[in-house]
Amino acid sequence: MKYIEEFRNADYAKTLAKAIAQQAHPGKHYRLMEFCGGHTHTIHRYGLPSLLPGNVEMIHGPGCPVCVLPIARIDKAIALATMPDVILCSYGDMLRVPGSGQQSLLQAKARGADVRMVYSVDDALTIAEQNPNKEVVFFAIGFETTTPPTAYVIKQAEKLHLTNFSVFCNHVLTPVAMDSLLQMQNVTTHPSSRACEGSPKRSGDPSQARDDVREAGSVNLDGFVGPAHVSIVIGSQAYETVSQKYNKPIVIAGFEPLDVLHSILMLIEQINDNRCCVEIQYTRAVTREGNLRSQMLMAEVLELRSSFEWRGLGFIPHSALQIKSAFANFDAEKRFNLPETAGVEHKQCDCGAILRGQKKPSDCKLFAKVCTPENPLGSCMVSSEGACAAVYAYGRAGAHA
Amino acid sequence: MCLAMPAQITKLLESERALVNLGGIQKEISTALLEHVTEGDYVILHVGYALTRLDEQEAQKTLGLFAEMMQGAATT
Repeated sequence: MKYIEEFRNADYAKTLAKAIAQQAHPGKHYRLMEFCGGHTHTIHRYGLPSLLPGNVEMIHGPGCPVCVLPIARIDKAIALATMPDVILCSYGDMLRVPGSGQQSLLQAKARGADVRMVYSVDDALTIAEQNPNKEVVFFAIGFETTTPPTAYVIKQAEKLHLTNFSVFCNHVLTPVAMDSLLQMQNVTTHPSSRACEGSPKRSGDPSQARDDVREAGSVNLDGFVGPAHVSIVIGSQAYETVSQKYNKPIVIAGFEPLDVLHSILMLIEQINDNRCCVEIQYTRAVTREGNLRSQMLMAEVLELRSSFEWRGLGFIPHSALQIKSAFANFDAEKRFNLPETAGVEHKQCDCGAILRGQKKPSDCKLFAKVCTPENPLGSCMVSSEGACAAVYAYGRAGAHA
Repeated sequence: MCLAMPAQITKLLESERALVNLGGIQKEISTALLEHVTEGDYVILHVGYALTRLDEQEAQKTLGLFAEMMQGAATT
């Protein structure tokens, strides 16, 4: 397909790998986090670790919305699905994620609940139109990439005067998660590096990390391969504050293997030059401003939650979105009486530490033994963006890299 | 979840919708998130919505840079 195949060219990949090897100083260890699960997937699918010198280490981040959704929210979705006359719709991966007691939406479906997998939120709206006597709930998850369609559909439902459609909103915010992850590192900033033109001034040292998650240890990062499609929506400027605050270079990269290699090269060059910028490698799709129409739509329909729980990162203030009161009729959390559950994780599952980049999938006792894509015990094994699923699918050889 | 594909708009429809060619498959999508879109444009498609127009010039520039690097590496 056009604009995909060209960015998988093996000769260019070798050239980029050679340039990375030339630029990486042998005495220095580069620890780069690919925030997005989509990038983790690309890295393992194309065997990129084998093209990188030993001192360039890629660490997977928490950018997999299925993975970071806490079990308590999945329990709520299962409770919704089992209510009488409810049709619960969601994107495919969500149906297989284990909630408390290893129960999933798919198992609820097997027990008779009407749970439907949809490709687009539009499909959920159509189901609501076709089933006026049922309550149709869309279980919405995702980072900023997936949020604008949800906001758009809520407005559409209002326009169509639908009274049987609502959204269980779980949309989360990328730059806030990045900030939280860096807080956990509790790093000291290096004022000597130079900010980029147009970047905001540094806004002070990171505050103390939350004790509960910090106790688990931390990982020191030198820079980020930044999200591809999230950044189409929010623009590169959305990361400028976090980049400057923690002195971490960020290069926004496309999801093809050449994009990832190119962004790694750009990061190494920034680190070597002692620069700290938000750069765009994925220039064919991302701008500094982002998609303003989508941003306006999100601002019209959704607002910040005071706090939201993330698997692996704990409760993070202002890290997720909820439906504004003007659209309360379409808010499943207001429309239904949802039970409060604590959410019980599998005792031995290391998803939390894996999402923080502190552990590799192969460090988990359950990995590839009892936890497999066919029988996932934790969310990181369910989604194709999950680090465990990526390492499982594309060879355990890449697990050490 | 954030995966998205480049697709070419083949026909604009009513109500901010369009047909795209996605690797030989015709699909109806929403263009409601875009300001301007014309037939022939490539867009980045995600859960049935075009998120942005793909900037073909920028794509060529990036590929041109890779070609230049390869040439440079061959001559050194």
